[in-house]
Amino acid sequence: MAVIKKKKDKELPAVNTSALPDIVFMLLFFFMVATVMREVDLKVSVNKPQATEIQKLERKSLVTYIYAGSPRVKFQDKFGRAPRIQLNDAFATIDDLQAFVIQEREKKSEEDRPMMTMSIKADKSVKMGLISDIKLQLRKAQALKINYSSLQPKNVEALYSSEN
Amino acid sequence: MARNKRAIPEINAGSMADIAFLLLIFYLVTTTMDTDKGINRKLPPWDENLEQDIPPIKERNIFTVLVNSNDQLLVEDEYLEISQLREKAMEFIDNNGDGSCTYCKGYKVSSSSDNPDKAVISLQNDRGTSYGMYVKVQNELVAAYEDLRDKYAEEEYGKSYRGMDAEEDKDVIKEIKGAYPQKISEAEPLNIGG
Repeated sequence: MAVIKKKKDKELPAVNTSALPDIVFMLLFFFMVATVMREVDLKVSVNKPQATEIQKLERKSLVTYIYAGSPRVKFQDKFGRAPRIQLNDAFATIDDLQAFVIQEREKKSEEDRPMMTMSIKADKSVKMGLISDIKLQLRKAQALKINYSSLQPKNVEALYSSEN
Repeated sequence: MARNKRAIPEINAGSMADIAFLLLIFYLVTTTMDTDKGINRKLPPWDENLEQDIPPIKERNIFTVLVNSNDQLLVEDEYLEISQLREKAMEFIDNNGDGSCTYCKGYKVSSSSDNPDKAVISLQNDRGTSYGMYVKVQNELVAAYEDLRDKYAEEEYGKSYRGMDAEEDKDVIKEIKGAYPQKISEAEPLNIGG
């Protein structure tokens, strides 16, 4: 009897959670190192094209982004669906581009200015008319180093299929 | 003495995990993983009074690539699929018509380029061409050059060009780039059926 009674009284020991903060901190540090801060709020939807001959953009501080694509769903009743340009956090027109480039160039230090790269992040369905206009404005603003932002395809065959 | 003997109460660390979770979630929300990669290109400088003294280029040294508003390719007056473009471009660059290129393996066709140094790829698209297609074409043309450089590097140095380290093999890369200089010229887009 004594044995049975003893078993009934015994409570489950609490799980030791003192290592939990360590685990979470580890995850936290991983994310802090592996990710970058979101710089802008994307107002246009960008589905990047795919390419294999891509290079990494080395220094983030030298890169300026130009986004192009259809406005996202929540902006569509105001701005329509026609592809637009986004600079920083706002929609822009093609005429704003030159001023934007000059302003961005001013922000950079003297020796970095020639190395400034413009990264064009455009949706793959955008027509080349818009991209050509962007390129022309960039040439006029003397921003000649550009980068067509694209993704590495998961399998190379997909690159040649007609759907993409 | 009695004071010294009293144990310092332990700090309650039970909510440490909560704080860490909070920070973790903050980072998850405000950061992105995507790395910036893309095709690097250089634009020609803008010049108001253009087309003054452009030295004439022989027809055979120009490889014309046209892309229309339906994303179809016309390469050297011939309808092509995107998957064939790389090979065609490589044939053209590596043709070695005048025999001055010692490392080329081309067919020495009289209607194609003289040597890699003279070969120019001319790309023209319509305003209605999709950006996705344009990047694909750009990608294939760049890939054609990279493939040729790869082959050349494999033969001369026994390693692939793509795998070379930008700092370590600086001079080698420069030499290979000189062997197959990338010459892709882009014309102003047309506006037909945009």
